[in-house]
Amino acid sequence: MSKPKEFHFKPLNVGRWIVWGLFAVILLVAPRIWTSGLAQTMLTQMGIGIIACLAYNILLGQGGMLSFGHAVYSGMGAFLAIHALNMAGAGTLGLPVSLIPLVGGAAGLVFAAALGYVSTKKAGTPFAMITLGIGELVFALALMLPEFSGGEGGVSSNRVIGKPLMGITFGPQIQVYYLVAVYCFICTAAMFALTRTPLGRMLNAVRDNPERVEFVGYNTHWVRFMAFTISGFFAGIAGGLGAINTEIVNGEVLHASRSGAYLLFTFLGGATFFFGPIIGAVLMVFCGVLLSELTKAWLLYLGLIFLFMVMYAPGGFASLILMNLRVAAFGKLKKLWTSYLALAGTALAALIGAATMIEMVYHRQLNEALGPELKFMGATLNSAGLDAWFGAGFLIVIGVALFELVRRQYVHEWGKIQEDIEKEIKRREAL
Amino acid sequence: MSFALELRDVRKSFGKSEIIRGANLAVQAGERVAIIGPNGAGKSTLFNLISGRFAPTSGEIHLHGQRIDGKRPFEINRQGLSRSFQVSNLFTRLSVFENIRCAVLWSLGHRYAFWKFLADLDDANDRTEQILEMIKLDKRRDVLAMNLTYAEARALEIGITIAGGSSVILLDEPTAGMSKSETKRFIQLIRDVTVGKTLLTVEHDMGVVFGLADKIAVLVYGEVIAFDTPDAVRANARVQEAYLGSVLAEAQAAAA
Repeated sequence: MSKPKEFHFKPLNVGRWIVWGLFAVILLVAPRIWTSGLAQTMLTQMGIGIIACLAYNILLGQGGMLSFGHAVYSGMGAFLAIHALNMAGAGTLGLPVSLIPLVGGAAGLVFAAALGYVSTKKAGTPFAMITLGIGELVFALALMLPEFSGGEGGVSSNRVIGKPLMGITFGPQIQVYYLVAVYCFICTAAMFALTRTPLGRMLNAVRDNPERVEFVGYNTHWVRFMAFTISGFFAGIAGGLGAINTEIVNGEVLHASRSGAYLLFTFLGGATFFFGPIIGAVLMVFCGVLLSELTKAWLLYLGLIFLFMVMYAPGGFASLILMNLRVAAFGKLKKLWTSYLALAGTALAALIGAATMIEMVYHRQLNEALGPELKFMGATLNSAGLDAWFGAGFLIVIGVALFELVRRQYVHEWGKIQEDIEKEIKRREAL
Repeated sequence: MSFALELRDVRKSFGKSEIIRGANLAVQAGERVAIIGPNGAGKSTLFNLISGRFAPTSGEIHLHGQRIDGKRPFEINRQGLSRSFQVSNLFTRLSVFENIRCAVLWSLGHRYAFWKFLADLDDANDRTEQILEMIKLDKRRDVLAMNLTYAEARALEIGITIAGGSSVILLDEPTAGMSKSETKRFIQLIRDVTVGKTLLTVEHDMGVVFGLADKIAVLVYGEVIAFDTPDAVRANARVQEAYLGSVLAEAQAAAA
């Protein structure tokens, strides 16, 4: 039986080329726009964070695997990379610095394959528990092997080794940034490509309905295992880049708090979209570097943001952006912007009230010796007096009350606009 | 000769209660068999045993002459047996098209490939389009599975089941919860998509049973008490007793 050969028309996807071109340009020019030392350090960390969060999202967003121990693979990548860097510096390993991150990737891959074989047998809660256990185990083990982990002090290295190639020594931060940028672009492209392959699609299927996957011929354990290993590889690359960037690696890189950060910021960025973790990684660096400078209570604020995000926008920032883009595409965003302004204003009032209280509590707990006075947002507050507390409480109550009023109005408007859009789509389909 | 599907004294116990008590069944290639029986007779359990969801406690199951009892569902599927579920069991966050494509990938040998793009797999994409036309969901190809109507979800359920090209198809109450007119259309659809295949279906609706099946297997208390053509089964005394026993008893009680 012969079938007529079907003709396949595959248009060049212009939009995709533009998006990737834009991504490359941003990576290229970012350090030219923000030229300060701090900015370059942050940009480098962002590039590393993007790889790590995207790698984590292969598990969380695409595979539905909630891992509490992904720092194990980025951390092992970092340790192996720093040892490789030291060996290269001593001349016992003939590897240029630019390829050292691949050592990290290989380490992540091997450890993910060895440790993930057990955890990926299960999904859901057992998987999460096993990853948590393995995370604690590896962290404890690393500290018990000071020859490997350098104990409390960690392992330090020097990334300027060998003869400079075309003037590149990786001494200056900007050169490290561009190394990270190249890896970031390639890894992002590779991980995006993965979502377009049979394995990537079956991983989504395993996320949605592991039972049915077994009845269409796939072994769910193997799908999860391969995805876990690939994720470990990219996490290891991120770890290796981190080792080159900081030139010191200690037990912290394996710690559960690092795993928690991957989870938290991947979720905040938006696990359901491929690009969500990129936003998450940028936030991760901003919070870790700037917010932590601004206030000692930064983890508390971060926890609050996370809480509200889980409750009201489980798709993360990416979903918020996309939903509003959809509204904008139908030309209805201008109806909403007054609501957004009101929401922002009232939320800000409540936030300032709450922040004032939080800062005063922190001041009383940590800086008691400096007296009851503290500076907050340009004002001097007396944390011992009643009026500052009363004012802050008043601001919270008013802010929250007004916010709730505005929110109800906004939800109503939003629902109506969504209905209109649905109608419009139906109408266009009918044409 | 070897049968397409053969059950030899299959037993299954959950704890102390034995649900399947020595079921025997031999289905020839190309036959359409309806499995009927009162509630709790073990029809769904039997499907779960055949498809590998549970392993039988004892007994043998053969698919095209090869033993499949105790194997994992994906191994049995690769040997050419596919099943549907009573409650639609779909990939909810994927589109209709992706649902079907997931179901054809293994059978076309693409396995766990991460070095080739789905968009370039012409065989898988063509096959998916064909299936979509067969189950009449080609107009809904980009809708997420969770947004389908009930009847559409049932059609997709059948689509996923047949997409891999398995020669033995098990359908667990394919028309459950459908209206009369939907059921009628659906039976025609099932007939169309299972041409040339061995079909086993669990059904409650006798109209469906007689419209679809060449042979009927009657399962009562975990045993196949009759396996024959519809007319012969209707005339079978044991079947009448099993199905009408309670009615007769009531009639006698009323007469007394």
